[in-house]
Amino acid sequence: MIGPLLRRDLGLLLPGGRGGAGVLPLLFFLAVAMLYPFAVGPDAQLLAQTGGGVIWVAALLAAILPLEKLVTADLDAGVFDQLHLRGASEELAVASRLLAHWLAFAPLLLLATLPAAALLGLSGETLRPVLLGLLAGTPGLAAVGLIVAALTASLRGGAALAGLMVIPLAVPILIFGAGALSRPESSGLLLTAAISLGLCAIAPFAAGAAIRSAREE
Amino acid sequence: MQARLAAKDLACRRGDSLLFRGLSLECDSGAAVHVTGANGVGKSSLIRILAGLLRPFAGTVETVGGIGLVDERLALDEALPLGKALAFWETLDGCRDAGRAMELLDLANLLDVPVRFLSTGQRKRAALARLLNRNCPIWLLDEPLNGLDTEAQKAFEALIAQHCQGGGIAIVASHQPIALPSPRAIALAEFAA
Repeated sequence: MIGPLLRRDLGLLLPGGRGGAGVLPLLFFLAVAMLYPFAVGPDAQLLAQTGGGVIWVAALLAAILPLEKLVTADLDAGVFDQLHLRGASEELAVASRLLAHWLAFAPLLLLATLPAAALLGLSGETLRPVLLGLLAGTPGLAAVGLIVAALTASLRGGAALAGLMVIPLAVPILIFGAGALSRPESSGLLLTAAISLGLCAIAPFAAGAAIRSAREE
Repeated sequence: MQARLAAKDLACRRGDSLLFRGLSLECDSGAAVHVTGANGVGKSSLIRILAGLLRPFAGTVETVGGIGLVDERLALDEALPLGKALAFWETLDGCRDAGRAMELLDLANLLDVPVRFLSTGQRKRAALARLLNRNCPIWLLDEPLNGLDTEAQKAFEALIAQHCQGGGIAIVASHQPIALPSPRAIALAEFAA
């Protein structure tokens, strides 16, 4: 059951796919990295000092863009109903979507971090914890996004609300992930990974329950 | 095909109003039931309760055998060609002879057309193809004739008769007349609270 589900979800969400946001989040991410030097001026030292944090904020905001299409379309089309009748629980459907969402979003974001780091003049030493932190943090961002997308799927104006709800929930990831930039030891990264794993474990159940309750309306 | 559907003392509440109550229904293999009633009387809700997608306000539903549901929601990817969109459900349902349903429902020449370009009647036929491919004993149909032309309606009535003859159950909620193999009908208005 999970094989065909995952194949369909990837077909929907991967860039160039038919239902996702495509490469827009990526371009948004790069655009923020490009705008920042214009805003604060060409002071190389300042840019290098704050660039890592800017990349984190840009990544968080870019993670909000694909949420609108994550759950709503399938809920409206009755796909979850038909899956339910075939014995595929909402939890399973959401777990598959979580994996597909992360695959569609995170690897390319990590790649785009390289040109973004170049634009901000980050050194190799700073880049490494940024990349590792994003690797540890993006599963958590994907999980929070999916939970919020499922919660707001049946609401009018849900997309805007989803953006607002993701930001506070993503703060712990941001604190430890971006915080790892200023500390030499790896505890920040490990905490980010721990938060991510916890969120990924909760996400299928929380989002699954949200979809079930949306159906009862 | 062994199938059974038993609903006992169902009541359905939407918002603050009780739509119907005290509705019991027993179906064994080969049964066909026509659920009738005006708009808003609770036909769709009853179908969704029987499918297990909506919790009844009171009462229980027991089913033996897989359930196939056709309602106004297509559950096919709009951007995909019809053939590929149906193929997803065929894989999940383990369907081997998908060609049969395409032929019976006259969809064979539409397989390359993206779902979003299909007309109302064609969309309904696509949903019915998904139902046939599922090869399950219990059919729950919510307004299955909507959008179908007379020819397609006749063809689908024949398919229901064939399904019931093979031991299947068909429960059809429809405000328009439909020829079913047995004249059993439930007027939902009689159970209005």
